Amino acid sequence: MSGKSSSVAWTEFRSNPISILGLVLVVFCIALALFADVITPYPAHVGPIGDFTAINQAPSAAHWFGTDTIGRDLLTRIVYGFRLSLLMAVLVLSISMPVGVILGLFAGYLGGWVEFVLMRLTDIFLAIPPLVLAMAIMGFLPATLTNAMLAVTVMWWPWYTRLVYNVVRAEAREGYVLAAEVIGASPLHLMFREILPNCAPAVLTKLTLDIGFVVLMVSSLSFLGLGVQPPTPDLGSMVADGAKYMPDAWWLSIFPALAIMILVLGFNLLGDGLREAFDAEV
Amino acid sequence: MSCVLRIKDLTLGFRKGRQTAQVLHGVSLHVAAGEKVALVGESGSGKSVTAQLALGRLQQERGTLTTGAIEVVGHDLIARPEAMAPERGHRMTMIFQDPTSALNPVFRIGEIFAEVLRSGGRRVSEAAARERALKALAEVHIPDPARALDSYPFQLSGGMNQRVMIAMALVNEPELLLADEPGTALDVTVQAQTLRLMDDLVTQKGTAVLFISHNLSVVREFADRVYVIYRGRIVEHGRTAQLFADPRHPYTQALLSAAPKLIGGGLPDLPEHSDAFREPLVVHEGCGEPGEVPA
Amino acid sequence: MSPVLRLLLQRLAISVLVLIGVSILIFFIARIVPGDPARIALGPNASQAQVDALREARHLNDPIVVQYGWFLRDMLNGDLGTSLYTKRPVTQDIATYFPATLELVLYAGAMMILLGLPLGRLAARFQRRWPDHLARLLSVIAVCTPAFVWGVILQLSFAYIWPIFPLEGRLSNGVDAPAAITGFYTLDALLAGQIGTFFDALYHLILPATALALSGIGQTARLTRSSMIETYRQPFIGMARAYGFRETRISRRFAFWPSLIPTLTILGLDFAAMLANAFLVERVFVWPGLSRYGVEVILRKDLDAIVGVVLVIAAMFLITNLIVDLIVSIINPRIRLAERKAKA
Repeated sequence: MSGKSSSVAWTEFRSNPISILGLVLVVFCIALALFADVITPYPAHVGPIGDFTAINQAPSAAHWFGTDTIGRDLLTRIVYGFRLSLLMAVLVLSISMPVGVILGLFAGYLGGWVEFVLMRLTDIFLAIPPLVLAMAIMGFLPATLTNAMLAVTVMWWPWYTRLVYNVVRAEAREGYVLAAEVIGASPLHLMFREILPNCAPAVLTKLTLDIGFVVLMVSSLSFLGLGVQPPTPDLGSMVADGAKYMPDAWWLSIFPALAIMILVLGFNLLGDGLREAFDAEV
Repeated sequence: MSCVLRIKDLTLGFRKGRQTAQVLHGVSLHVAAGEKVALVGESGSGKSVTAQLALGRLQQERGTLTTGAIEVVGHDLIARPEAMAPERGHRMTMIFQDPTSALNPVFRIGEIFAEVLRSGGRRVSEAAARERALKALAEVHIPDPARALDSYPFQLSGGMNQRVMIAMALVNEPELLLADEPGTALDVTVQAQTLRLMDDLVTQKGTAVLFISHNLSVVREFADRVYVIYRGRIVEHGRTAQLFADPRHPYTQALLSAAPKLIGGGLPDLPEHSDAFREPLVVHEGCGEPGEVPA
Repeated sequence: MSPVLRLLLQRLAISVLVLIGVSILIFFIARIVPGDPARIALGPNASQAQVDALREARHLNDPIVVQYGWFLRDMLNGDLGTSLYTKRPVTQDIATYFPATLELVLYAGAMMILLGLPLGRLAARFQRRWPDHLARLLSVIAVCTPAFVWGVILQLSFAYIWPIFPLEGRLSNGVDAPAAITGFYTLDALLAGQIGTFFDALYHLILPATALALSGIGQTARLTRSSMIETYRQPFIGMARAYGFRETRISRRFAFWPSLIPTLTILGLDFAAMLANAFLVERVFVWPGLSRYGVEVILRKDLDAIVGVVLVIAAMFLITNLIVDLIVSIINPRIRLAERKAKA
């Protein structure tokens, strides 16, 4: 599915201002997450203790996004929320992506009963809306951060299996694969050295989009109270907690909500730009 | 002499960024009423963009630069290309390379026919549309016109679809028909059959045709006159008999010697580029453009 | 047998198999997690004898495959067990809460189609001009924003700051629910001839349905746009233009129908995603639907109820896909007439 060389893709990517905006947003969010300790004004407010002399303050010069019900600086907590969300997304995808890709390779290349079993299994997983499956898994496990990540990981791999499976099915008919088969290349060599690199643009594009969507999923779980527990600063649970104080302390839920929007938007625009640049099917 | 199509000193450029890619460098050609004229050249020579300009569509796109004159059925398409809108499908129609992909896959032939009859906002009743469509399909020797009207394009063969396309092109009795590599996507014998059918019908109805092709031998039995185009310039112009008997321009000579003898869809072995192909236009006796002194 | 019917029966058979697969999956996940389900159900204060009795009653001492057998038998008899939270049969609970969710989702689905399709069509028709840029920007923002964020924003804007819509719930205080026939308040009110109740229910639906629909609208608009742009490149659109078909007519009919075929399948998935997002929106607007029940049973580790909720949602998802398949096969003559071609 990669019709273009990477330099052509880069030129095309650069010419689209929307994609550049996505890149800028992503770099901005990652930088905030990485340097949270240095840039946030009140790093101590990550924990359960705030400044009780400054509770429920509206946005001001001292607290740009206001303070919460126990006097913690909201900006600080949002920046740490970025860090947590990105970290969770990276962990979830660094397990589910390779698993999904390898299973997709096997299903697409080996065919037969391997294909049948794996693809029917993905059908079953994909027949349950992701959020509902993750919620159900959380129903059987204690609501902790690790379990929330586990639940999202368990439901995420089938998307990669299906994606890679489709690419492999298309590639397996290509001349270079047949040529390699004729000269007696081993199936493993074929799968990982010949076919896998051709899946890369589609997988990378999906990966970029998915960072945003995993953030969305995890924050949805926390919003329902099924994910990260206090006092860990999580964007989803901040929105949920803040909603109780609407409309007087509107900043409590609106700023974390906008923060989720910015984060997901950045990865989405970037992913879209990559998709167009690589011409990848996702 | 009345011309249904007249192009004079036409240039076309595509602007991209600050650069302009020049595609046509002063093309002149004409088609008189009822006349069959061929425009022959390899792909990229500018023949298809000429057809798009004659439709009045390409010059409305952003980034296209045209100079010169195009006059189609009395409209000046450089000054007012939008004037062509109500004439398309009526006074000027078109036939395509692959009839099956040129017919919308999710509509029945009858529905597309009705759309053609009503194009440009004309009012035609359901019954009248069906009757005219049936008659048009009978003219192109479709065995069961009623069944064809109720079919979808994918249910008919390529040859049948080409007949349908010809019927659609002629049903509104146009003055000019653009045939852009008609039926090149079809089987060789089917292409030949449908071309003969088209030839008979346009002769009978007195429709003028601009026949665009990459294949000289296909136009030989069809065209009255031939223009040969090479890289955006007309290089030779003559009556069909003159041109085939006595090809004078080096490019035409190369094209003729390379052309496969069979009428066919396969691209002929195109001649290698040579400086000689850049020699000026050769006009055969008695041909010239209207308003010019014949050479 | 007509090709459409045959296709549907095929899909139906596959769906039933997938649903059985889902039940196996969810059943086994529920059983392999640490902890004794009976102990979880009864809580830490129950005596060991009570726990043992429950284990016996629920066949928890049998091998897991046998347990699934019991579960499947009950499921086929329409019995999904008893909720420990409400002490009622799970099926009865679902019948109580589900119509509210379904009504919300159906209204949101209608909004998604009625607004998303025209927006995408407009963007495609004016590709790379301002309506396109605007539509793309709006749809990408809509897609990237979780439904609960929309809920919070809409609630703050149109229920608190500018209070033109109700804050929460399905009906205003003092308005009685119409006699339950379908469980959809708007429909039931109309059936009962209570116009006032109908408008009150509709009024309460607008904000939550919009919050739920927004990301679907964005997604639909994006898909329709790209599918239509692909269609605009087809030779038959070149033909339509060469024959002077009007641009509005091409956009509404000639390019629209062919491009709907690939779009619809994915629309089905989006619609199904709404079932999940309804959980988020219902929480914001205190909507008495499956979400309230679902979250409650999850927090209480009410295993039978959790399994029941997941199965119902998976079934809805499969039914949605069946309906989409049916619509696609009606629009696409290649499927509808597959047999006639073979004969010809």
